[in-house]
Amino acid sequence: MTALLDVHDLRVRFHSDDGVVPAVNGVSFSLEAGETVALVGESGSGKSVTSLAIMRLTPRSGCEVGGKILFRDGVERSDLLALPVEAMRAVRGNRISMIFQEPMTSLNPVKTVGEQIAEAILCHRAISRAAALDRAAELLDLVGIPEPRKRLENYPHHMSGGMRQRAMIAMALSCEPALLIADEPTTALDVTVQAQILELLKRLQERTGMAVVFITHNLGVVAEIADRVMVMYAGRIVEQAEVRDLFARPRMPYTRGLLRSVPNLVPGRGRRRFEAVPGNVPDPMHLPKGCSFHPRCQHFLPGLCDAALPALDVTEDGHLARCVRWREVASVEA
Amino acid sequence: MSDLAAALPAAREKPRRSRALRRFLRHRLAILGAIVIAVLVLGTAFGPHLIPYDDLHIDIRHRFQAPFLGPHILGSDQLGRDLLARLLMAGRVSLTVGFSAMALSTVFGTLIGATAGYYGGWLGTVLMRFVDAVLCFPTIFLLLALAAFVQPSVLSITLVVAATAWMEVARVVEGQVRALRDRDFALAAQVLGASDTWIVFRELLPNAIAPIVVAATLNVARAILLESYVSFLGYGIQPPVPSWGNMLENAQEYLSTAPWLAIFPGLAITLAVTSFNFLGDGLRDALDPRLDIA
Repeated sequence: MTALLDVHDLRVRFHSDDGVVPAVNGVSFSLEAGETVALVGESGSGKSVTSLAIMRLTPRSGCEVGGKILFRDGVERSDLLALPVEAMRAVRGNRISMIFQEPMTSLNPVKTVGEQIAEAILCHRAISRAAALDRAAELLDLVGIPEPRKRLENYPHHMSGGMRQRAMIAMALSCEPALLIADEPTTALDVTVQAQILELLKRLQERTGMAVVFITHNLGVVAEIADRVMVMYAGRIVEQAEVRDLFARPRMPYTRGLLRSVPNLVPGRGRRRFEAVPGNVPDPMHLPKGCSFHPRCQHFLPGLCDAALPALDVTEDGHLARCVRWREVASVEA
Repeated sequence: MSDLAAALPAAREKPRRSRALRRFLRHRLAILGAIVIAVLVLGTAFGPHLIPYDDLHIDIRHRFQAPFLGPHILGSDQLGRDLLARLLMAGRVSLTVGFSAMALSTVFGTLIGATAGYYGGWLGTVLMRFVDAVLCFPTIFLLLALAAFVQPSVLSITLVVAATAWMEVARVVEGQVRALRDRDFALAAQVLGASDTWIVFRELLPNAIAPIVVAATLNVARAILLESYVSFLGYGIQPPVPSWGNMLENAQEYLSTAPWLAIFPGLAITLAVTSFNFLGDGLRDALDPRLDIA
């Protein structure tokens, strides 16, 4: 069986007045059915652009997308980037769906929640409006909203943030997609609500067997939900590993920096203070030569790190790292 | 001391109550507007059948009869035609022109505005600069220029009035759609597989319904006025068919001797125009479900 999603050498470039901005520079990964992969990185690392490119929702003008995105639907495999517009529309919301960071603004403020979920279903299924509303009530029940029948009549402003995110999830799952892309779905929510939403996503995933691409910069969330983690930096994947493996043995200095920048929650017991990764995300128009991370890296070796772009090396059991010194880096701190 | 204590809650109460009162009044005016419009529509539709005079019937013996002083209730004109019958028949013409011109200009303006706002780019630029170009002409000249070329009839006057009234709607809709297009729920709809037409008509325009309805009701008022202008200037509805505008034109000569000939059509226009404006205000509030948070 081939992978559900196979992204091959994805490149996204924006044409601005100042020149070409390469936002994603050759991202490749694959995803099996039922798997949860976290895409981690700072703002501007290209994680959201990658997800929009998979949905083919990058801006119509001034944006160039290259590479291949192979998606398996049943036994058929097609390149999403080569699909005609109509066929792509039939994939969106139906086979691949997405939820966003801002549940406050992702629902249409002038339509009831029931109408919106029903319309999401009617977009892809030829059923009656009444049947769609019944299904909408079932979905609201499924995502844990009490009194779903009554809630169908509610407008989004009648609901709390967590409730709206649940409604968004209900909408995204209305056609039982094989792949759900969750773009920071818990970032705008309270910590307690975050945990509930993560729990809900896990439960729904077990039930439907969908694969999830989880975009976040919150490593706590990653540890909670992901099977596998991909770390992105400056439009490239710099490290990829099973979640336990990544947290236990990060190979790429940037990943180490990210892990160290998580605040220690036990006061007084922290021998190590939490540290920020020094410096800023590089300007995508003027990426440093060689490894894009070298100006911020404490393991930087002149003449080696800034000479050529390191390849994504295989370290052990599928662990990938884009660093020429990963062996030394690992031993220095071990 | 006790005075102060008594005054305090009252002072705190006042702004809330006056706000409620204002809201109440606003809706009262809208209700009043709706009632007046309903009366006008029903009156012009059925009224002519209920009064004993035909709008074209000439009654030389009762020329220039003052209102309430003879057989003609609202008086008669220089040919002894019954003013009430003429007002009601004129109302049919004026309201028909007003409504149809509104419908045409709103639909056309919405389509142009939504297309320009949603797609933007060169298409949006071309469309909106065209709107600006048409807006550059003073309406009345544009109206007269167009009216001079076409054979006056209810249909042609409607088209001419609509042709000079759609630009406002287009601009309102363009601005709204352009702002709404980038909102998250539009992206969310795209993610769920909605087509462009679906997004524009089902997601974006319902959010812009309030300004569109306001622009549309104001357009009815405007269309009635514009029809009156052209008819008043002699390019519109041609006598003997009455319209409120050409009745006013006809009344000019007799303004000092028979002022009722001008007052009643003038009142009818004012009444219709203000009622539509009030109705527009009320509908704006009524159509926006977000307002019930307050």
